[in-house]
Amino acid sequence: MQRRSFLLGMLTLIALAPVKVWAALWNKTAFEAVKINDATRSLNISAEIPTQDIVIIAPDRAENGAIVQVEVHSKIENTEAIAILVEHNPTPLIANFMFSNGAEPFVITRIKMAETSDLKIIVKSGTQYFTRSKNIIVLENGCG
Amino acid sequence: MDNNMKMRAQLKGDYTEVKVLMSHPMETGRRKDDHDQLVPAHFVQLLTATLNGKPVIEAQWGTGIAKNPYLTFRLKGAKVGDVVEVTWHDNLGESASQSIAVTPA
Repeated sequence: MQRRSFLLGMLTLIALAPVKVWAALWNKTAFEAVKINDATRSLNISAEIPTQDIVIIAPDRAENGAIVQVEVHSKIENTEAIAILVEHNPTPLIANFMFSNGAEPFVITRIKMAETSDLKIIVKSGTQYFTRSKNIIVLENGCG
Repeated sequence: MDNNMKMRAQLKGDYTEVKVLMSHPMETGRRKDDHDQLVPAHFVQLLTATLNGKPVIEAQWGTGIAKNPYLTFRLKGAKVGDVVEVTWHDNLGESASQSIAVTPA
């Protein structure tokens, strides 16, 4: 069942892929990767430096995985981008935010979590990548 | 589909806080309907924000952002009356855009 629905899903995605200029910007390989390491590799992230300078505010336990509010801010100088990943989601890469012209490296958003997993944040600063994770227990699956 | 966004941009001391609530199904392509048929993927892929026309946020999203996406971000250097505009594009070629002026908190 799993494989069939995955393949159907992929076919649907391919069939519906938009032919728009901006679509070229969307990192299809990274967002469709099913393994977290493949997703980060597709974002050209190589060495990740663990840090305490990323603040993650998220629940320890989420009642409903369909809506998990996550707040992230980076205290790292020259933060250019913040990527949000959930290791055990069917496709781990959730979002990649890029900041410019005075936008603070700060974001609050709501994500889906299929099951209990680490939430992983990766911050880009110049050529370096910093990371911090937080485990979130999910009581009810949110990736129907 | 109701493409309206709810937006607020408030100057709070040395930064402006922008809150956005979008209306979008954010279908993953893995959910089945009542007839056991897969619901096709339908999700926002790109979100951009500008301040007085200058880009400040560019975000790429996958299917893991929750339905009716919510976003807060903060801008330095914005003044009351400055205009923040948010635009999204989804995988089916739909898009929506909305702008709002910065107000005092």
